[in-house]
Amino acid sequence: MDGYATLGIFFIMALGFPIAPIIIANIIQPKQPTNEKDIPYECGVNTIGKNNVQFHIGYFMYALVFLLFDVETVFLYPWAVKYSQLGLFALVEMLVFVGILTIGLWYAWKKGALSWK
Amino acid sequence: MHSGILYSLGQSLREILTSLIGVPILVDLLMTIICATILLLIMATSALVFTLGERKICAFIQVRIGPNRVGPGGLLQSVADMLKLMDKEDIVPRGIDKWLWVLSPILLLVPSALIYAFFPFDDGVILADVNVGLFLLIAITSQTVLPFLMGGYASNSKYSLIGGMRTVAQMLGYEVPMVFALMGIVMITGSLKMSAIVEAQSDVWFIVLQPLAFLIYIITALVESNRPPFNIVEGESEIIAGPFTEYTGMRWALFFLAEFSNLMCIGILTTTLFLGGWHGPDFLPGFCWFWIKTFLCVLFYQWVGWTFPRARVDSMLSFGWKVLLPIALINVLLTGVGIYVYNVM
Repeated sequence: MDGYATLGIFFIMALGFPIAPIIIANIIQPKQPTNEKDIPYECGVNTIGKNNVQFHIGYFMYALVFLLFDVETVFLYPWAVKYSQLGLFALVEMLVFVGILTIGLWYAWKKGALSWK
Repeated sequence: MHSGILYSLGQSLREILTSLIGVPILVDLLMTIICATILLLIMATSALVFTLGERKICAFIQVRIGPNRVGPGGLLQSVADMLKLMDKEDIVPRGIDKWLWVLSPILLLVPSALIYAFFPFDDGVILADVNVGLFLLIAITSQTVLPFLMGGYASNSKYSLIGGMRTVAQMLGYEVPMVFALMGIVMITGSLKMSAIVEAQSDVWFIVLQPLAFLIYIITALVESNRPPFNIVEGESEIIAGPFTEYTGMRWALFFLAEFSNLMCIGILTTTLFLGGWHGPDFLPGFCWFWIKTFLCVLFYQWVGWTFPRARVDSMLSFGWKVLLPIALINVLLTGVGIYVYNVM
């Protein structure tokens, strides 16, 4: 059978795999919710203030650089598969590509995009 | 074409099914379902074995005894834990985003299970040997980030939210070095098929040809599977349990099932990509070598985890970008030049 069809069947089974124990547990577990019990646990002490707070995630620049590099790796993989058949052309191509990547990384580094703020 | 006990077992099972049913597509379907069930059982068993193994090894390293009450030497501890988790009350805290909260542990397990389809356990024993194997595997592995973020966001708890955000941060920092490190293997093999990658290691293992990539891989693997010393996502002493702080009972158990399944996955991946997969001396069948190497890798990862203190968030994230990524780029360059020189000579 085709590998992807197999994956599809496995995906459906993998989806059912965690649902089954939850259903079984639902049948046998006790259900006595109380007002106190349903408070978010957080750190064990009563929650102070609102729970859905806004905070600075500190990696917006990271995310942008990540996006660039991740797309570049996607481009590099087909090249990597064919590398040994392409000879000198692939080697020069690689030097150029990795060179551009390095300059990009150096620029992001100098701009301070790589440090957690 | 293929040899090995597991492969011939599968073939004889297929012959028996063919003589019973006769319709080829139904036989295929049945074979797939049987194999997938076996893989899911392996995954569930890994959680049972490794919860106990983790506690025992942790205790051994910290000069304690560890669980020793349930069964001989504490062997049945994880069974007792599982039964206890089954009949725990499922507390649904107030103010959660119900759908995301419920879906998060379920969706977390799907990618953890799916990657088992790509592991060559023995010669020809692989559920889905697709031609973009390694690439698809990396793509599926990184999907585990989203359920963590979902759970963290939906839990209505500050610590969960911070944990969810940290998951994304570490994926952003370590995905790129890992992908670059594995690129060296693809360049040598010339294929993304997992079986081809193992086949290419029949003479020399990739740990010899790609030592830098191996180092980068073991660090990034620890990060991506939230193992200590890089478990900033669930850093117990900082943010309680990260995204799964608000989960109880079976849902919480699913998070742990995924975590231990991921632990075994990185063991298997290290074996498959760098340590020659099922290759080994002839006196043991291939799958025995595969499991021996896998368990040694898992032991190594646990040893690392219990030896080093947890990394700080900011230093850890800069490490990914400022140290691992340049090394990974250098590794790609060296591999490229090396292959070119080797081909010319």
